[in-house]
Amino acid sequence: MEALMPVLTEYAPLLPEITLVLGIVVLEILGLFRKNAEELVCWLAILLLAIAGVLFAYQGDIEKSLFQNAYIADPFGRFMKLLVIISSIFVILLSMDYMKKAGLLIFEYPILILMATLGMMIMISANDLISLYLGLELQSLSLYIIAAMHRDSVRSSEAGLKYFVLGALSSGMLLYGASFIYGVTGSTQFPEIASALQGSDVQLQLVFGIVFLLAGFAFKISAVPFHMWTPDVYEGSPTPVTAFFAAAPKIAAMALLMRTTLGAFPSITTEWQQIIIFLSIASMLWGAFAAIGQNNIKRLLAYSSIGHMGFALVGLASGSAEGATSVIIYMSIYMAMTLGTFACVLSMRCNGAMVEDIKDLSGLAQTNLPMAFLLAMLMFSLAGIPPLAGFFAKFYVFSAAIKAGLYPLAVIGVLASVVAAYYYLRIVILMFVEEPADGFEPMPSLPKFVLGLSGIFVLGYVVYPAPLREAAQVAAQALPAF
Amino acid sequence: MDWPILSAVTFLPLLGALFILVIGSNDEIANRNARFVALWTTSVTFILSLLIWINFDTATSSFQFVEKYEWLGGNINYHMGVDGISMLFVILTTFLMPICILASWDSIKTRVKEYMIAFLVLETLMIGVFCALDLVLFYIFFEGGLIPMFLIIGVWGGKRRIYASYKFFLYTLLGSVLMLLALMAMYWYSGQVLECPSPAGAEGVAQAVTKCPTTDIPTLIDEVKFPIEMQFWLWFAFFASFAVKMPMWPVHTWLPDAHVEAPTAGSVILAGVLLKMGGYGFLRFSIPMFPLASEQLAILVFALSVIAIIYTSLVALAQEDVKKLIAYSSVAHMGFVTMGVFTFTEQGIQGSIFQMLSHGIVSAALFLCVGVVYDRMHTREIKAYGGLVNRMPIYAFCFMVFTMANVGLPGTSGFVGEFLTLLGAFAANTWVALLATTGVILSAAYALWLYRRVIYGELQKPSLQNIKDMNIREIGYMVPLVVLTIFLGIYPSLLLDVMSVSVDKLITDYKAALTAAEHMPTFALR
Repeated sequence: MEALMPVLTEYAPLLPEITLVLGIVVLEILGLFRKNAEELVCWLAILLLAIAGVLFAYQGDIEKSLFQNAYIADPFGRFMKLLVIISSIFVILLSMDYMKKAGLLIFEYPILILMATLGMMIMISANDLISLYLGLELQSLSLYIIAAMHRDSVRSSEAGLKYFVLGALSSGMLLYGASFIYGVTGSTQFPEIASALQGSDVQLQLVFGIVFLLAGFAFKISAVPFHMWTPDVYEGSPTPVTAFFAAAPKIAAMALLMRTTLGAFPSITTEWQQIIIFLSIASMLWGAFAAIGQNNIKRLLAYSSIGHMGFALVGLASGSAEGATSVIIYMSIYMAMTLGTFACVLSMRCNGAMVEDIKDLSGLAQTNLPMAFLLAMLMFSLAGIPPLAGFFAKFYVFSAAIKAGLYPLAVIGVLASVVAAYYYLRIVILMFVEEPADGFEPMPSLPKFVLGLSGIFVLGYVVYPAPLREAAQVAAQALPAF
Repeated sequence: MDWPILSAVTFLPLLGALFILVIGSNDEIANRNARFVALWTTSVTFILSLLIWINFDTATSSFQFVEKYEWLGGNINYHMGVDGISMLFVILTTFLMPICILASWDSIKTRVKEYMIAFLVLETLMIGVFCALDLVLFYIFFEGGLIPMFLIIGVWGGKRRIYASYKFFLYTLLGSVLMLLALMAMYWYSGQVLECPSPAGAEGVAQAVTKCPTTDIPTLIDEVKFPIEMQFWLWFAFFASFAVKMPMWPVHTWLPDAHVEAPTAGSVILAGVLLKMGGYGFLRFSIPMFPLASEQLAILVFALSVIAIIYTSLVALAQEDVKKLIAYSSVAHMGFVTMGVFTFTEQGIQGSIFQMLSHGIVSAALFLCVGVVYDRMHTREIKAYGGLVNRMPIYAFCFMVFTMANVGLPGTSGFVGEFLTLLGAFAANTWVALLATTGVILSAAYALWLYRRVIYGELQKPSLQNIKDMNIREIGYMVPLVVLTIFLGIYPSLLLDVMSVSVDKLITDYKAALTAAEHMPTFALR
């Protein structure tokens, strides 16, 4: 025991992850040896995630590097991991009813979500190109499987396969870029890469490496021009899985992108800034224009999420502490809005079958006013109209861009947000103005709960906005660039 | 006042809306309750807002009833207050609201609860616009109003309501987002020039000077001088927003559509209050914060104003829809406002504020008049009417008073505003004034012609044979409007006295900024 103590203190910051790993093993065994334990496994998975979340919350402001600097526990990572955990919890809550009705509730599903969550935690804490890749692959492989969960559906299998092939391609690009970077700097660790680049000239090989690395990341956050998989995978996957794709992996990949750019390349900001600006502009514009013609709500939300990643990248492009803060705020608010929206999409059940056409929302205000009202508020919030939370998300990213002097980027961004407002309004108009279609079945209680929480957040954020901003500031300050 | 009266006035309607929300079921009784709750809430709000006027000190130009709380962090605070200019707009808003509720009493039959909630939320946001003393807070109120108004037009509007509501929303949003970027630029610039007040107890300790960016409106007006090239950019960004909201030619095209399709009360609020936000914005932001740009660009505003006055008056002559005609006349009248504001003279600015308030009453009343006959005949075509005076004498009288006020007949409130703005314009630029005066003649032409076609003549249309005169509810909300229109025409000092000190400060600051700039060679040499 005496000999064990230093080891225990050394790895104390890893406690949440370790808990999660052990929990996954236990749940796996439980699911294998007990029949009909699917729902129990779901609830236990939620409990496990909650425990991990509480453990993170109790870590205070520890800042520590583990495994020879390959893994870092800091406030930034903790904040992002909490976001990931929260979205995983809510996604499991949203899934249960749907999956049971669709006959898809198998005990592997919550376990795969837990594995993906674990992968995301490793991604967020990765301080080294190798641990980064490990986390990324653990996450991605779990996601490929759950995208294809609905084995008998052609669309779902197609989604899984497409995601896998394109995901593998992007991982390859990422590794290729990583090898260039290793070749130039002689290290895979972010702090050492940063110090190797300090004051030296930028070599062409390094630029190559950064381009490939960022292309790989752009695929993960589905930024244009690496977004092609998004609408198909969103449409094909079972809807709760789509909700998961829209929230947690985006947060993790964005955290990864921030840690890499601001942690490994703070001295050559101008090199990666151009790429980020391009990705940002392309995503905002494409997300706005391509969504106009969509009639499937899941495809529409896919383009909406592409656009939102573009807006979040505006904050990162400014490369400042304000920018990092604004991205963190953006991702938090984006997560809350996305989960609420998907709670509504999951309740679009008509005569015993799920419907996905936005026309099916017609006249919802007359058949189910509370749902129509909250969905309308979420749409206005996604469009960035004050006083809803989505406005503040955009407010901070554009504010950071203005401070950094990126005026054209900011102007293009706000104009794109006006274009995007059109398709969000289209849904509001459908719900409030058109004559009712067949009413939906009453909302199950768990989606109702998620929608209620999300609605309270979106409507109430304006009253007490300070805590999120302060927490995000603390998190951003932990990044080595500031 | 030792209690936060401005917040009370602002958020009382929101409270009423929440109350309606919890009333519950959707039957006839619930509808009736919703109407009464809305009427009571708006009436109490109006009475409360009169308390502001009673306790208002007309001798000072500084902001009164100030409230300031920490809110967004980073020196962006919840800061409310009114001066002689904004206080009048608050009263105008609270005054028009009960009338709107009464006007919708019978004409709104479907989804009454939601309708009343939308109006009450809208009232909160409108009052907030005029009380906000922080740019971000202002922006939130300013933009937030889009949501309820979008729903009011979209859900309870006429045949082409969907098109009109999109157009209203996207047009206004497009104008406003540039203002959002501008206010961020102002925030960061103020951080470069303003120093934080040193914290108490730190005396004698050598400390680094920290910079304090802020969006506090009084601070930005009094302490921050933006460099001239920056002023131009900011001026245009704000102009984009206010010109659309006003609306000024050539970005006025959303207004006729929105007016025609909106329900009566929606048009009343649109014409009565929402359009005034643009003019208020020019007075609150463009002139005091960007005086140099305002001076240089006044000629642009003059040109657009004169075109608006003449062109839209001519367009109004050609209209066949009553609401559309009044909508175009609104654009023309707003042309007088923008012209008056940018004369930078006491008469011009006082005149344009008066014109906004008077137009808020008169155009609101005209839309109500249209609503009265629309509720009976369900058409707004001028051709469908004629000879109404035979069956509706009281209506004919009310309509006449407002038509005369719209024309600007001396003795009505419309005259004072137009006269003062033209007076200011003559001092600033004779040509502008000369051209604008033709607008007065044109407005007489379209307004009187409209009146003749609707009210006079033989009552020939068979459908009009049984039309009834205004009922007691309709008379009830017309009377205060008639009284005010005439009273303000006879005794304009009621309003002019309240605003004069604040307007004086505006002009003095503006002149001081111009003189200071001439002594700063860095600006002049550029």
